[in-house]
Amino acid sequence: MPDRPAIWNFLLGRLSLSSLPLDNTILVWTFVVVALGGAALLATITYYRKWGYLWHEWFTSVDHKRLGVMYMVLGTVMLLRGFADAIMMRSQQAVAFGSNMGYLPPHHYDQIFTAHGAIMIFFVAMPYIAGFMNFVMPLQIGARDVAFPFLNNFSFWLTVAGVVLFMTSLFIGDFSHAGWLGMPPVSELKQSPGPGVDYYIWGLQLSGLGTLLTGINFVVTVVKMRAPGMTLMKMPMFSWTTLCTSGLIVVTFPILTATLFLLSLDRYLGTHFFTNGFGGNVMMYVNLIWVWGHPEVYILILPMFGLYSEIVPTFSGKRLFGYSSMVYATASIMILSYLVWLHHFFTMGSGADVNSFFALTTMLISIPTGAKIFNWLFTMYRGRVRFDVPMLWTMGFLFTFTIGGMTGVMLSVAPADFLLHNSLFLVAHFHNVIIGGVVFGVFAGINYWFPKAFGFRLDEFWGKMSFWFWQIGFWVAFGPLYVLGLMGVTRRLSHFTDPSLQIWFIIAAFGAFLILLGILSFVMQIYVSIRRRDQLAVGNDPWGGRTLEWSTSSPPPPYNFAFIPMVHERDAWTDMKKHGYQRPLEGFNAIHMPKNTGTGVVLAALGTVFGFAMVWYIWWLAVVSFVALIAVAIVHTFNYDRDGHISAEEVSQFEHTGNWEPKAQGATA
Amino acid sequence: MNTVAIDTAPAEPRKFLCLEEAHPHNGTLLGFWLYLMSDCFIFASLFACNAVLGTSYAGGPTGHDVFDLPGLAVNTALLLISSVTFGFAMLEMARQRKRAVLVWLAVSGLLAAAFVGLEIHEFVTMIAAGAGPDRSAFLSSFFALVGTHGLHVSVGILWLIVLMFQLGKHGFTEANRRRLFCLSMFWHFLDLVWIGVFSYVYLVGVLR
Ligand code: HEM
Ligand SMILES: [Cu+2]
Repeated sequence: MPDRPAIWNFLLGRLSLSSLPLDNTILVWTFVVVALGGAALLATITYYRKWGYLWHEWFTSVDHKRLGVMYMVLGTVMLLRGFADAIMMRSQQAVAFGSNMGYLPPHHYDQIFTAHGAIMIFFVAMPYIAGFMNFVMPLQIGARDVAFPFLNNFSFWLTVAGVVLFMTSLFIGDFSHAGWLGMPPVSELKQSPGPGVDYYIWGLQLSGLGTLLTGINFVVTVVKMRAPGMTLMKMPMFSWTTLCTSGLIVVTFPILTATLFLLSLDRYLGTHFFTNGFGGNVMMYVNLIWVWGHPEVYILILPMFGLYSEIVPTFSGKRLFGYSSMVYATASIMILSYLVWLHHFFTMGSGADVNSFFALTTMLISIPTGAKIFNWLFTMYRGRVRFDVPMLWTMGFLFTFTIGGMTGVMLSVAPADFLLHNSLFLVAHFHNVIIGGVVFGVFAGINYWFPKAFGFRLDEFWGKMSFWFWQIGFWVAFGPLYVLGLMGVTRRLSHFTDPSLQIWFIIAAFGAFLILLGILSFVMQIYVSIRRRDQLAVGNDPWGGRTLEWSTSSPPPPYNFAFIPMVHERDAWTDMKKHGYQRPLEGFNAIHMPKNTGTGVVLAALGTVFGFAMVWYIWWLAVVSFVALIAVAIVHTFNYDRDGHISAEEVSQFEHTGNWEPKAQGATA
Repeated sequence: MNTVAIDTAPAEPRKFLCLEEAHPHNGTLLGFWLYLMSDCFIFASLFACNAVLGTSYAGGPTGHDVFDLPGLAVNTALLLISSVTFGFAMLEMARQRKRAVLVWLAVSGLLAAAFVGLEIHEFVTMIAAGAGPDRSAFLSSFFALVGTHGLHVSVGILWLIVLMFQLGKHGFTEANRRRLFCLSMFWHFLDLVWIGVFSYVYLVGVLR
């Protein structure tokens, strides 16, 4: 506690003026830029009087499509933040050789790689997949909404709460330097007495709860709300992967919650779960966190597999090759992903038999994954493949991810891993699969479903620029790390002594610069497309899609479908088109829809205050915000009136004004 | 291709829309059950810690030294009986008898409150005797697991009180029945977890 009158310590906990990093020029300038940018944004919204619109139409919305879009925006904003960290690390490592210490002192560098890793996983990749699942899955299964619309809104705001805590740590106090998994003993109170690890813990606890609720919500949605006739084996692949991913979330995120909870007990109450003394066991944490952590990477990649499985058939003009093997592959990956966690620490010394078990299960996963790759290739085989931007990203994925998968199999060989563990080879491997698999998938999906969400296509030229910069940039940035890793260079270093290594780091920095151009091209793509939205306008089915989301207008009306579709075959929309389906223009009924509510925002805001109070030991505020949180939740349960409805006239209005084929066909031809 | 179709009457045109408004299935019970399964994994993690750290006494007291088995028997009985009385409440709900439901719920709540009270007493005694959660990894894992269970029971009691108000006010509406079903699942689930705690943490604990 700072040295000052007791009343201040009571009111502010351990927070004081010296918590502000005023001595760090980089951060001060970041703050100035963020503050100016933020002020400009707020001023613009106020000037155009958009607060009411944002609040009523977006923030309080329980519409899965709007929440999906908000998740995508959140993911994109955080991608910029995570990438800013990446480029700082890349430029530091490119110059910090010999007597040159670079511009980032080690304790700052450590915070940057921790923030980069944690943000990229939790606040870029997770929001992106949540965004896709939210936007696409209910449309694909012919539902009007998800099973628990209010929880869906609440989940989103919990994710935002985590983001707010992470971002706050930039300017008030500092961030954890214990790596993206917060490994003890570094993350214990003795080694990290500052607020950094606490920011990490509470940020992840809040957003993790949000993710768990999303998982439960989506399992129930898929199980209970499919359109009549859509048996599980007629369900689109993306919805299948949503189901499997959500199932994985339900059985793994509680383990993350428990693990971080135990770490916080160590830090707040002086228990000895993971301490060095008093019987604590560091490896217990390592095991638990990876029991969550490995399934987590499959939580990220499975929806992407589903997304590619939609794109490839659409752009090949053929149905998906090997649909059922795709389903079984997804399900077996889901189960196997739970049985491999120890491959992250073969070096623990658990003995040859245990290591061989985990090496084998790891190698086994490559079989269903390989089957999927072949299924996509066979889908393209003899198809009329159209190389639109979504398909380009998919091709990039097939190439890049396959190589990343192979280096993964190399790492799964336990004796090899003894050499490669914690090296830059590993860093290259996981970026290889995560960028090649998840990030490429995100861009494929954005290009694919953007027209559905907004009624116009994304600009093709900038889309291709973005693709090529990312694709080439990735290999220039991470190829050298494979080489360095094989030479034995370890990860998480802010300075090197051997000058012969420098050239590789310079190449890698250049690669990161190319990726920067890729990201800027993406931003440019969005900007240009909004400017040219009239030329780029589309109807309901711009790509010749095969699943139900393409049967409703772009953007879809709030209720998705005026009449719930009846499904007879896989690729329900293709089936409808084949049978000359004509959409009705009259005879609409009134539709029940849930009402918007601000409770999710309020609860998540209180949660953020609670997290902040816990980080700074402001106990009175923690108690007050916690009690308020419970009270608001209880009051919410007294509201039994949650349904509104859309009248038949309004439905008719929507159905006559939406964007439909062939209306826009002429504009794009 | 399909020659049969030519001879017979033309096939019915396929119907692609449900023209009537369908009644959506309510997924709350499934959702709540999934939540319980996820909660299982929280307890599983805590059990795993207890299994691994359960003998890391760090020179401090062992389970044999600190566990009070007769007290534990009383405690366990209280919780199990509250599960039974909760079952009575559910039976009364099937008979639509509001007062009886409220009475049985109150009884279950009081039994659970007594359980939590005894547990707090146990914790306070242990801490006073120098066997607090910061004494050793064994005690850390003990307090975390038993405490988390106790916290769940306390949340259950709070929920029960809120729900009694809502039942009193609105009666057996569909929403209230659903909520009571959820709480009932929660209650029995906590009982099940307790059986694990009592047989593994305490009974095995005194033997280790
Ligand atoms: C966009 C280009 C990216 C670049 C240039 C980049 C660069 C880096 C660098 C330089 C490191 C530190 C390596 C070291 O410790 O020596 C790192 C670590 C890491 N990155 Fe990235 N990265 C990128 C994208 C991503 C993405 C998209 C993700 C995940 C979705 C990700 C996840 C991680 C993780 C988890 C770590 C480990 C952090 C730790 O050591 O605790 N990165 N990255
Ligand atoms: Cu793994």
